[in-house]
Amino acid sequence: MTAANLTSVAQAEQGTSLWKDAWRRLRKNRLALFGLAVLTAFILIALLTPWLAPYAYDAQNLDLGASPPSAEHWLGTDIFGRDLLTQIMYGGRISLAVGFVATAVALVIGVTWGAVAGYVGGRVDAVMMRLVDILYALPFMIFIVLLMVVFGRNLLLLFLAIGAVEWLTMARIMRGQVQSLRQQEFVEAAVSLGLSPATIVRRHLVPNALGPIIVYTTLTIPSVMLLEAFLSFLGLGVQPPATSWGLLISYGAETMEEYPWLLIFPGAALTLTLFALNFLGDGLRDALDVRGSGD
Amino acid sequence: MWRFVVGRLLQAIPVILAVITVTFFLVRIAPGGPFDSEKAVIPEVKAALEAQYRLDLPLGQQYLAYLGDLAQGELGPSFKYPGRSVNELIAAGLPATAELGAYALLVAVVLGGLAGVVASLKPNSAQDYIPMSVAMIGICMPTFLLGPLLVLLFGIHLEWLPVAGWGDIPGDKILPSLTLGAAYAAYIARLSRAGMLEVMSQDYIRTARAKGLPEWQVVTRHALRGGLIPVVAFLGPAFAGLLAGSFVVETIFQIPGLGRFYVQAAFNRDYTMILGTTVFLSTLIVLFNLLSDILAAWLNPRLRAQYGEA
Repeated sequence: MTAANLTSVAQAEQGTSLWKDAWRRLRKNRLALFGLAVLTAFILIALLTPWLAPYAYDAQNLDLGASPPSAEHWLGTDIFGRDLLTQIMYGGRISLAVGFVATAVALVIGVTWGAVAGYVGGRVDAVMMRLVDILYALPFMIFIVLLMVVFGRNLLLLFLAIGAVEWLTMARIMRGQVQSLRQQEFVEAAVSLGLSPATIVRRHLVPNALGPIIVYTTLTIPSVMLLEAFLSFLGLGVQPPATSWGLLISYGAETMEEYPWLLIFPGAALTLTLFALNFLGDGLRDALDVRGSGD
Repeated sequence: MWRFVVGRLLQAIPVILAVITVTFFLVRIAPGGPFDSEKAVIPEVKAALEAQYRLDLPLGQQYLAYLGDLAQGELGPSFKYPGRSVNELIAAGLPATAELGAYALLVAVVLGGLAGVVASLKPNSAQDYIPMSVAMIGICMPTFLLGPLLVLLFGIHLEWLPVAGWGDIPGDKILPSLTLGAAYAAYIARLSRAGMLEVMSQDYIRTARAKGLPEWQVVTRHALRGGLIPVVAFLGPAFAGLLAGSFVVETIFQIPGLGRFYVQAAFNRDYTMILGTTVFLSTLIVLFNLLSDILAAWLNPRLRAQYGEA
């Protein structure tokens, strides 16, 4: 009921500015703003880590060993006497990078695939979407494990593998959008002006489908980050000497009986980020009035 | 209805075939043969080994032979444990994994469904916010973090429950089942809340109320069936997730199940084992998806009508 009301409101105000309107609605959503703030802070910290980190990434203090949080080491140290805060900051760079890059890969493939299928239509569309259906039914978690085993565990492959999995829903959403948009007059006008299909898709269709794309992108990042952490936890993802939150959690779980902070702080960093992204995604979905996507 | 079932069954066949083909060739193009590590292998022995595993045949023939084996339910020998077949390893690991998965699914459906229905009965009240906030935590907290945290709390600090094992000490099945089921309980809570909210505003619910049924009967006899369709449709994908989750949970709690074998095979580069298990698990997942689709369609009177009469 409320969704229907919102739609009519959104349609009435669309003439002025969709984005201003969305921002106005998002601003009222405290949880989404909290998510945005946490996310912005974490991204800034990740970008500035080499300057912000209290210790060098490879600095050890074997005499100190594992120590609980203290004035010198705010989040304590691990068994090699490495500062946990520094580890979490550097790990966050990789976790966030995997999240954003893999999502970007998924975004590019999915939007292109969906736009082409939706715009060309007919038999091409049927074949392309049938392929998506088949891929959808494949158990991808298992396939990613398989890929990491077969091709060795490298970060670039991790980006590509995860991205290659997550584009399917994006393709479906984009196709649905394009199918409904291409019936509209401004697309007909663009066609009659003699614009090429590629230009029409790029200049007219994609910008008009931005709402659902943004919402789904925001919700894809946390699931990608979870996947990376899952693989790293099993030892099939990020490899030492590099680190990520999933890897830190896996080390922490091994020694949690004696040094629980090694599990709790990296876990909190990951959970907080996922929280922030999910809240922001839900908030954006309401603000941009996107329904029935991503679930 | 039958047309729908048969149609979905036919759709599953190319998917399973695609899984087998992709897995087979992926494993075969993997760098490094399975016997590369044993440096001292005499050429004759190596040739015998390769013949035993059919590595001496051209790739196309290997593939066809593998398909032939599969048709007879034969998943092939293990590279790492000579003398043991993938079938035996699966038979050894499956019972624990199946039991773990069943309990986790039970946790997910009962806890999640209950929380979602309770939340939907009084939307935007404390009765709604509290279970839904807990559900959000469940979604954001990965299995591999929740498991160790639960062990830390209930196993080590409170000493209420055993920290590892499966069927050795009473109560050692509780923590793994909870850990694996939690995230899905959270999703199901959200789905069932949304489903129930939608159903509760329908006319037939108003009719049920108008004829004077008590509210609990309106919910249990009329609303639940429709409200829980999204949950049933979610069970298929959830099953795939549960299997993947069992990799982690079985590792954390040292459960001798299929998930743990799979991860070990991945580390050992036991190619036939990976191949066999992937094919087996994937087929299972595809079939479970099918089952959940059929069940959801059967629960939905509109879909039933659409396929039933034809």
